[in-house]
Amino acid sequence: MTDIKAQLDVLPGLDPRAPLLQVNDLHVEFRTRDGVAKAVNGASFWLNPGETLAILGESGCGKSVTAQAIMGILETPPGHITRGEIRYRGVDLLKVREAERRRVRANRVAMIFQDALSALNPVYTVGFQLAELFRVHRGASRADAKSRAIELLDQVRIPAAKSRINDYPHQFSGGMRQRVMIAMALALDPEVLIADEPTTALDVTVQAQIMGLLAELQRQRNMGLILITHDMGVVADVADRISVMYAGRIVEEAPVYDIYARPAHPYTRALLESIPRLDLKGQQLTAIRGLPPALTAIPAGCAFHPRCGYAKEPCRQDPAPPAYAVAPRRTARCHFFREVLGE
Amino acid sequence: MFRYIVRRLLQMILTFFGATFVVFALMFANQDDPVQALAGEKPVSASLREALTERYHLDEGLLSQYWYYMSNLLTGDLGESISGREIGTLLEDSWPVTVRLSLMALVIAAALALGAGVWSAIRRGSVFDNGILAFTLLLLALPIVVLAPVAQWIFGMELGWFPATASRNASFYALLLPALVLATTVVATQLRVTRTSVAENLRADYVRTARAKGLAPRRVIWVHVLRNSLIPLVTLIGVDLGVLMSGALVTEGVFNIPGVGSKLAQGIRTEDGPMVVGFVSVLVIVFLVMNLVVDLLYAALDPRIRYE
Repeated sequence: MTDIKAQLDVLPGLDPRAPLLQVNDLHVEFRTRDGVAKAVNGASFWLNPGETLAILGESGCGKSVTAQAIMGILETPPGHITRGEIRYRGVDLLKVREAERRRVRANRVAMIFQDALSALNPVYTVGFQLAELFRVHRGASRADAKSRAIELLDQVRIPAAKSRINDYPHQFSGGMRQRVMIAMALALDPEVLIADEPTTALDVTVQAQIMGLLAELQRQRNMGLILITHDMGVVADVADRISVMYAGRIVEEAPVYDIYARPAHPYTRALLESIPRLDLKGQQLTAIRGLPPALTAIPAGCAFHPRCGYAKEPCRQDPAPPAYAVAPRRTARCHFFREVLGE
Repeated sequence: MFRYIVRRLLQMILTFFGATFVVFALMFANQDDPVQALAGEKPVSASLREALTERYHLDEGLLSQYWYYMSNLLTGDLGESISGREIGTLLEDSWPVTVRLSLMALVIAAALALGAGVWSAIRRGSVFDNGILAFTLLLLALPIVVLAPVAQWIFGMELGWFPATASRNASFYALLLPALVLATTVVATQLRVTRTSVAENLRADYVRTARAKGLAPRRVIWVHVLRNSLIPLVTLIGVDLGVLMSGALVTEGVFNIPGVGSKLAQGIRTEDGPMVVGFVSVLVIVFLVMNLVVDLLYAALDPRIRYE
């Protein structure tokens, strides 16, 4: 079903043997009247085909901004990418012309948003919004685009797809709407899917269904999935690797089992300790003291040091801790990662 | 959709009776001498008094007066003016040019509001945006009673770009200046509403989705944003029809266009009560019908209303 010609036409210079997606030293800032907010400060990560990378962090840590930067849909102004590169199959998307960048979107790199009700246009039918992709990117005829849209709704298991194609977003339930979003993102068979908190707006049983559907479609298509979330429960089930983000930096990166078993960064450890657990029922929940820093005034050194129990003098001074190799394929930006690991 | 239309029609019937009753009551009820009120300050001859009394059934009760007034109105019998001419014929003669004038004004205003409003919203804070803001403020501050004669003097007489007056069968070009003047009464608010609405919609989540779909900015704005932004504009256009009607009164007077507005103005000036009542009653109906059309358009634009 993949249109080979369309794939090659998307962007000249694509190298199918190059890594799927590589983000290196990405810096994004928002220039506002109140000052410059440094939303992303040197995020680096990579993604392989068929792999799920979870980017985990609190609200405002820069994870959604990172996703928007990859998609190239950052509001500019006020948002500006000041440094770094985003390589898709070897091509730095930040250096590509806007018209070519547009073809990469949806075609090669697609995105699912958090709240499907506001993310879908309220005045057009879901059929129109799906078919639009085929009509604009593939030049499909009206009838052809419509039948492909029905196919897609079938694939995301929306019952009676044929008639629901003429319904408007507000006529769907929350879970069904998120399925429409998924169908829209997968329409042009992308290689990379970015899901920005795809289940946050849904209730728990529907969450599980949607995550299951995503995982299944990912397997079928061997897609790379970047899952942006603040929910450690969701992550544990589906992610292969986790990147923990704090104040615009990836502070720890590790395979999912390692991170749950032995976190190497105090922030990750604090996050894990703040999950409610059945075996600790009746006890006070552990919370991370303090608040995340304002992005206009990120502390010097390790941004987490004011809230950290392990912090010592070097943590308070620039430069920020480098990405120490904790183990193969595993890094942590903490001077005292050995102590945190309990070695 | 069907239920929406039915409900809207029922509402219209209620409004119709309410509005015509107000027109009727202003003219006939609460008057010491309705006949004198109809004839204005002029002395009323005995025969005219008799004719008017019979025409409006002034010797009967208020409710039956209203009944006769309504049944005449609904059967299209508007009676005679004090000067003895058929009001229906007067209206027939005058409405085509007025409709053309108002439609032109409406299209000019809507086109300007859309074009400049969308551009302003995209370029928020730019020189263009601020220039438009200043311009709309100027328009809002200038009443049409000032603007119409000034425009006629400058563009019609001094510069001679347009004819200074227009006849009953005026060409498109001859009506352009009056239509522009008439458009100024509504363009400023329409433009501001469009700008606000587009600016607001540009920040909406679905716009982010549209961009993530790799759509060109032109398509994002003219397909996705515009249809959402049109909803408040269309509502406003419905309200603006009333403004255009009162504007037509002045514009047609100034440019000497023999339309509904100038006839009505003439009726008011010559204190011809029956003619004013007839014209206003018909205008009320026109306004109601146009508002119904606008509301149906509103439902066509926004499915959430249709399926409510």
